[in-house]
Amino acid sequence: MTLELSHFNAALLFALCASTVFGISQRNTPRDMFRYGAYCFALFIGGVLVAAWVMWAIKH
Amino acid sequence: MANPQNTATLQRNAKAAPQTNSMAIIAPLAGWFLPGLGHFIQRRWIRGLLLMAAIFTMFFAGLGMQGKVYLFNTGDLLDILGFVGDIGVGALYFIARMMDWGIGNIHRAVADYGTKYIVVAGLLNIIAAVDAHHIAIGKKQ
Repeated sequence: MTLELSHFNAALLFALCASTVFGISQRNTPRDMFRYGAYCFALFIGGVLVAAWVMWAIKH
Repeated sequence: MANPQNTATLQRNAKAAPQTNSMAIIAPLAGWFLPGLGHFIQRRWIRGLLLMAAIFTMFFAGLGMQGKVYLFNTGDLLDILGFVGDIGVGALYFIARMMDWGIGNIHRAVADYGTKYIVVAGLLNIIAAVDAHHIAIGKKQ
């Protein structure tokens, strides 16, 4: 069993799973869970993109 | 003179209390042992299913990326913490150990991501187990 993921896809999968657990565990109502999960997912992906551009800027 | 209605309420609460206390212990233990089970036994079916799917996906994706499963050790601090994180995933950890998954040599750079996936799956499962405890004690719906 081997899974071939690019770095970005690995980050996407990580963000999706972690956001799901954070959303369910940190809020009380389904609506708030969904909103908080989406917020965490956006922060994860936003953080990845910002970090990627910072590393690109440092290199160049 | 005692109000009969209040007396009846007190009696009901006294009967319910032991059940609530036992669930407060059973739910997080069940949730630790099998991701999502702590929610299932409290009839939170969708939440349990989503937690189970998220944690199983992370764990098996980590194994698929040839991540490392930490063994019990008393050596390097990071290895000890890795073991603590891994054991958080409960039965999946013991199954992985029995099947000798995650102990091969690392051939790819992405395998390090896999190792982190497995550790984080365990940590997320601990969060889910604490959530099951909060539901059991009534702190959360």
